[in-house]
Amino acid sequence: MINQPVDSARTQVNMAGLSKNDYRGNQSSLCQGCGHNSISSQIISACYELSVLPEKIMKFSGIGCSSKSPFYFLNRSFGFNGLHGRMPSLATGALFGDTSLRGLGVSGDGDTASIGMGQFKHIVRRNVPLVYIVENNGVYGLTKGQFSATADEGLNLKKQGINPYLPIDIAWEALVGHATFVARSFAGDPKQVKELIKAAMSHHGIAVLDIISPCVTFNNEDTTTHSYAWGKEHEVALHDLAYVPPAEEIMVDYEDGTFKEVTMHDGSTIVLKKLDRDYDPTNRIEAFRILEEANRECCLVTGLIYINQDTPTLVDLYNLPDEPLNRLSEARIRPGRETIDRLNSLMF
Amino acid sequence: MSTEQEHQITTTRSTVVNDFSITVATVNGSGSQTSNLTIMRALFKMGIPVSGKNLFPSNIQGLPTWYTIRVSELGFLARRDGHEIIVALNPSTFSKDQYDVIPDGVLFYDDSIKQPITRNDIHLYPMPIKQIVRESGAPSNLHDYIANMVYVGVVAQLLNIELEKIYQALDFHFKGKQKAIDMNWGVVIIAAEWARTNLIKTDPYHIEPSNKTDGYILADGNTAAALGSLYGGLQFAAWYPITPATSLAETLSEYIPIFRKDPQTGKNTCVVVQAEDELAAVGMAVGAGWSGLRAMTSTSGPGLSLMVEYIGLAYYSEVPLVIWDVQRVGPSTGLPTRTSQGDLKLAYFMGHGDSNTVLLLPGSVTECFEFGWKAFDIADRLQGPVIVLSDLDFGMNQWMTKLFEYPNEPMDRGKILWEEDLEKINGVWGRYLDVDGDGITYRTVPGNKHPAAAYFSRGTGHDDYAKYSEDPDTWEKNMLRLKRKLNTIRTKLPKPEIYWTMGAEIGIIAYGSTDPAIQEAINLLDKQGVKINYLRLRSLPGTNEVQEFIQKNHQNFVVELNRDGQLCLILRSEFPVEAPKIKSLAHLDGLPLTAKWLIEAILAQEAIKYD
Repeated sequence: MINQPVDSARTQVNMAGLSKNDYRGNQSSLCQGCGHNSISSQIISACYELSVLPEKIMKFSGIGCSSKSPFYFLNRSFGFNGLHGRMPSLATGALFGDTSLRGLGVSGDGDTASIGMGQFKHIVRRNVPLVYIVENNGVYGLTKGQFSATADEGLNLKKQGINPYLPIDIAWEALVGHATFVARSFAGDPKQVKELIKAAMSHHGIAVLDIISPCVTFNNEDTTTHSYAWGKEHEVALHDLAYVPPAEEIMVDYEDGTFKEVTMHDGSTIVLKKLDRDYDPTNRIEAFRILEEANRECCLVTGLIYINQDTPTLVDLYNLPDEPLNRLSEARIRPGRETIDRLNSLMF
Repeated sequence: MSTEQEHQITTTRSTVVNDFSITVATVNGSGSQTSNLTIMRALFKMGIPVSGKNLFPSNIQGLPTWYTIRVSELGFLARRDGHEIIVALNPSTFSKDQYDVIPDGVLFYDDSIKQPITRNDIHLYPMPIKQIVRESGAPSNLHDYIANMVYVGVVAQLLNIELEKIYQALDFHFKGKQKAIDMNWGVVIIAAEWARTNLIKTDPYHIEPSNKTDGYILADGNTAAALGSLYGGLQFAAWYPITPATSLAETLSEYIPIFRKDPQTGKNTCVVVQAEDELAAVGMAVGAGWSGLRAMTSTSGPGLSLMVEYIGLAYYSEVPLVIWDVQRVGPSTGLPTRTSQGDLKLAYFMGHGDSNTVLLLPGSVTECFEFGWKAFDIADRLQGPVIVLSDLDFGMNQWMTKLFEYPNEPMDRGKILWEEDLEKINGVWGRYLDVDGDGITYRTVPGNKHPAAAYFSRGTGHDDYAKYSEDPDTWEKNMLRLKRKLNTIRTKLPKPEIYWTMGAEIGIIAYGSTDPAIQEAINLLDKQGVKINYLRLRSLPGTNEVQEFIQKNHQNFVVELNRDGQLCLILRSEFPVEAPKIKSLAHLDGLPLTAKWLIEAILAQEAIKYD
């Protein structure tokens, strides 16, 4: 609503003619070193590099530290910070206003896996076209350090004692719920986060990104699976992932058989370079297996876990005009005067 | 059957024409609804004012249910206590049903119910239902479905309901499906013929054709609300199944293909989503309202309870939104299939902190249609939640209804800025900046491509430019503006309907589905010399007209369907000076109001006054 200060110097611009500043938000009020800030930076970079107009994105969030973050990126995008655990419903309704816009939602592990589990599962089931980022740190930050539903069993927190419950695996829940795009990443691996966000923005449907995003204040002991140190030490990337925009030639230098390409609806490509293993993200059973294996072997498996581009989105089901619904004039949304007799004749 | 002659009373009073009730006592899930509607529709097509009220259990199959059709040449269509004619088909309620018939009344009954007849002051017509169904030649697997058509034929024959009108009703009900029509019609004809040759009419009740239904249709409130919403340009509805609101959303889906195809592209211009619960239904509607769509949700009390937090957010972040609450009896699960006006308090004071909503209070099925479209204009102008309070009696029963009228005002989309508007003001604007001084600020909606269009909506404290703020003065200023906004809207809400009676010093204030019983009571009291003024409230917060009405009467009775007199409490607090003149007459049993109850209640109050 207020114009960003325009850089006087000629700065670098993307294909949309915008500088990176056009994608920034307000100063973050989260803690120094918070994983969420790193993810916000990657959202800014990804959108800038995609050359998407900020006006073509709607931002959503629920409640919690994670959910504050949409204020810290994409100031020129509309945003709505909704209720705790109920970002999915808000986004579902809002996206119908103008379906040419891309939805970008940011939630946390409490917001998604505790209070919001119901809405999370249902937005996934409906394949609402939304990039759904979970900034997962295993702890409630804004209320000062309570266990969340993804906290490790046996985690010892200052005022809470020991967590007796098993954690919920968000990527697993997404997959069970028939999510059409499931990825896991780590805020300490910014390059992968950025490429996954770009891929997710091109996905036709729900794209769940479960990103381990350490809370430096309440849950960053080296032994917890949500800490920087643990992530750095235990991250196992499924592949080296590169997003190639539509109409751009794939200029990668991999030997045959060492990479896979996934062509997206909008013509872009995700190039997955093989690392230790040959992983096929279009195989749902493989996806379950890899998550279960990672769980058993105590490693943080990251990358594109699953993708399926054949499922229609919620919007596809409604046979709507191409023109945005929120721009239709009165004449197009109020039946004509001549219809009232017909209406009355349909009653008894 | 041999006892029939002994019980039959020989003397009959003068005939009663077009002024009685027919109650059908049956078992829930037995398919009698089709038969009841058929009788009611046939009567309506004969030009006789008629109402139908279904007293049904929260059950799919097996529990007792009663359907009462009232015919009234004078047009009094409220529920009444007396049962002139009962059609008894349910063995488990047979003795009660028999008991309920008024003296000189009529009992039609299934002759397979082998229970003693204890009344000797009523007219008895046993019906060999099984035999007639067998004779109809219908396939035996369908016998249970069409058995109820037997009483349609017998009752029609005895009361003189035109069979041709019965046919029209069946044709409508089965949407022209000839096979179904023929089968049901076949049973009706055989049953009527059986009655003609086997029963001798001894009772005084007669139907005669009239002309009092011209310009009217039969419709229920949920259908009217749904159609009104579609004429209001509804673009997004989200809902979750709940009695008695379910059929409202289902009707939207039914009529979108007929009335809401885009004239330019032939595509649909309205979306209906069945949500996973009411928390999500209202969340979706808030999202859609925020993104510039005409959005609504429909629910009943328990669902409204779940929606409170999101409606509070819509209030504070200023999102246009329409919520239909088709009230049933609470608290808790309460009586899901009975009617009530018990959600008023919750709906009006919706939310934690200082929040309030605008309430629309339709008082007829016609008004359900009218408020269906009007609610969106008010919500867009207000930029906030508008709750329309209907109830089960409106929502699920058929009412004689004035023809639906085309909206008589163009749409009001409220204060929205698009690209060209922002160009003109160089993109300098504040989402919550009160430039017009009326408390209503300008909004933009997603998709607006102007670089200064976007803003960040939130439920946290914010300043004029939608930026996060904890500043005490900013908070106070914003909250006071929200109150100012409500005062701006107050004058634009539907005004009450007031009926003055010469010499009256007593006033009745009421809203919603109690109207027919109140009109009838006022008419009957007038004949006893008790004069009454009547104000039918159509919206809250109340307007000056309400205050003036209260002032002009010595005593005002607030008539409503709940325990605590919720409207009475609200009026007393809105008009504290007049509070001593406002008294509650609340009716609590979950059934629609009757004129008799109201007359007794008022006379009792008046007696106290004169003691």
